[in-house]
Amino acid sequence: MIKKLLLSAAIALVGTAAASDVKVGMITTLSGGGAGLGIDVRDGFMLAITQAGRSDIEVIIEDDQRKPDIAVQLSDKMIQSERVDVMTGIIWSNLAMAVVPASTAQGVFYLSPNAGPSALAGRGCHENYFNVAWQNDALHEAAGAYANQASFEKSFILAPNYPAGKDALTGYKRLFDGDLAGEIYTKLGQTDYAAEIAQIRASGADSVFFFLPGGMGISFLKQYAASGVDIPLVGPAFSFDQGILGAVGDAALGVVNTSQWNKDIDNPTNAAFVASFTETYGRLPSLYASQGFDTANLLISAIDVAHPDDADAFRAALMAADFDSTRGDFAFGSNRHPVQNIYAREVVKEGDLVTNRILSVTLENHGDVYAADCTR
Amino acid sequence: MSPILIIEQLLNGLQFGVMLFLMAAGLTLIFGVMGLINLAHGSLYMVGAFAAAAVAAATGSFFLALAASLAAAAAAGVVIEVFVIRRLYRAAHLDQVLATFALILIFAEGARWVFGSFPLYFDVPPMLSGPIMLPGGVQYPLYRLALIGVGLAVGCGLWWLTARTRIGIQIRAGANDREMIAALGVDISRLYTVVFALGAALAGFAGALVGAIQSVEVGMGDPVLIMAFVVVVIGGIGSIKGAFIGAILVGLTDRLGGIFLPEVFKLFMEPGAATQTGSALASMAIYILMGVVLVWRPSGLFGARA
Repeated sequence: MIKKLLLSAAIALVGTAAASDVKVGMITTLSGGGAGLGIDVRDGFMLAITQAGRSDIEVIIEDDQRKPDIAVQLSDKMIQSERVDVMTGIIWSNLAMAVVPASTAQGVFYLSPNAGPSALAGRGCHENYFNVAWQNDALHEAAGAYANQASFEKSFILAPNYPAGKDALTGYKRLFDGDLAGEIYTKLGQTDYAAEIAQIRASGADSVFFFLPGGMGISFLKQYAASGVDIPLVGPAFSFDQGILGAVGDAALGVVNTSQWNKDIDNPTNAAFVASFTETYGRLPSLYASQGFDTANLLISAIDVAHPDDADAFRAALMAADFDSTRGDFAFGSNRHPVQNIYAREVVKEGDLVTNRILSVTLENHGDVYAADCTR
Repeated sequence: MSPILIIEQLLNGLQFGVMLFLMAAGLTLIFGVMGLINLAHGSLYMVGAFAAAAVAAATGSFFLALAASLAAAAAAGVVIEVFVIRRLYRAAHLDQVLATFALILIFAEGARWVFGSFPLYFDVPPMLSGPIMLPGGVQYPLYRLALIGVGLAVGCGLWWLTARTRIGIQIRAGANDREMIAALGVDISRLYTVVFALGAALAGFAGALVGAIQSVEVGMGDPVLIMAFVVVVIGGIGSIKGAFIGAILVGLTDRLGGIFLPEVFKLFMEPGAATQTGSALASMAIYILMGVVLVWRPSGLFGARA
């Protein structure tokens, strides 16, 4: 009995000691399809925490298996029994929609390292929700702007039939001045694009815009290269991250894609990040890894100013974004989403390695159209 | 809608169909002969693709990679038949579904453990890459033509195996009446292992062939498995001929539906809405086909028993 009392006293002591620490809950996709993205975010995030040597930041990592119901269960557990101060990690917009509004409503801060659904950027924005990556439309808008710069006039556009796919085509059309030669929604998870490629061939388009993240993009690129259709491709970086390029190989060479980050952005933080990530994990970082890294450094910079319990001061410190980003200068817009440069990159070969190289800045200090609707 | 586009889509449907046939042939044999619902069939497809990608990366030879896919999937098939499936023949279908679903998870996480979470690189050999010009001005990828050829050849081989050889007679007899052929002295347990290994090898072979033009990643077999079940149901359980006809029907319906349905809807709707409605309906097309076939022939086109 006495032992038990001592034990619970000790636990209570540990509990109070830990209260000054910051608890971070990371829910991300670590198994099943799309696990590569979550693993990159996690590795980038933990690299920053390790490099900063911060033992006062405790990170709890859980796998959502890309399933909204599991993500909701995990976030309930993290908020109610682990009592986390800050949450992060979600990759997919549909999961973000299930978790973020409920979390911020309970007073937890949420820093998104990837998903940026439009619903959370406009009327549904929240003072405790910060997006460190991009609003979903940004890279697609940049692709449309790039198509104008490349004087494409007739684009064939395709994306999977789900909310982010519709956002992608909307984003492209928002800035693209030309006409459409065709517009198709493919099945989510589709692996064979022969039928679509035949339609592209017959359409008379002068450019093809596609948003097919993950394995869908790998299949499409390989099949497109084998089909003999030589209409130039444009797409967001999601089909051209380092994990995908390794599997696609030469079939992706020469394709232009848009991204807010690349490993050759010239600043000391980025150079150090690329070098240390490669050394620690034995592979090149992707844009997802850079987003995880930036998210952790933003968090650290805010914790240096105030503890999340002091919500107003912590929020102001996050908003100031006083950290060295891998993207160079980093600033939040009024809806706490980034205002940043989006680049056009080209897939090139460096030695045996297929990777990206920056061509030009496509959109400078680009925010999003939803910011005006955000009044909180 | 040019004739060239239609010919190209017919070829696409045929190519998709013969690859589905490789999957469905194994599934229908296992279902028909052993009465077993094998959800792990998609995992064997994945095993074949991963084995091929690994061997291609190590040796650089596409044909060694194909051989490896056959061997690895057949070996995986024998292992799971002997250690897991054998215990399930007398069990209820629900137990079989549970156990083979567990196998899916084990194979998926096992593949992740061995190969990591990132998709593997596996490409068609240089001699089969690129498009060729067919008579009539149709430009078509050479590799996909080769897939059609290989699929038809395997189909002929399977027909010969089931129609002309002793083991084929046993397999057909097993599909019709298991108790009777056991009573006639056929070593049923050995027959089961052979059939399971054969089905697994076909699935692995399909995985490797298709993996070269798709993405070799964990979970790649799951969508194909669903299509293969549709084929088995349409063709009739246990019938190789049914699997072949069913696979071609499903392949053509899926490919042609995806492009013609939106066009049909454009006749009386505005284009944006037509594309969305058309592609939504196109993804249902094969299930509608399955429904129609089942209403017409409840045991499938060539089903041995209901």
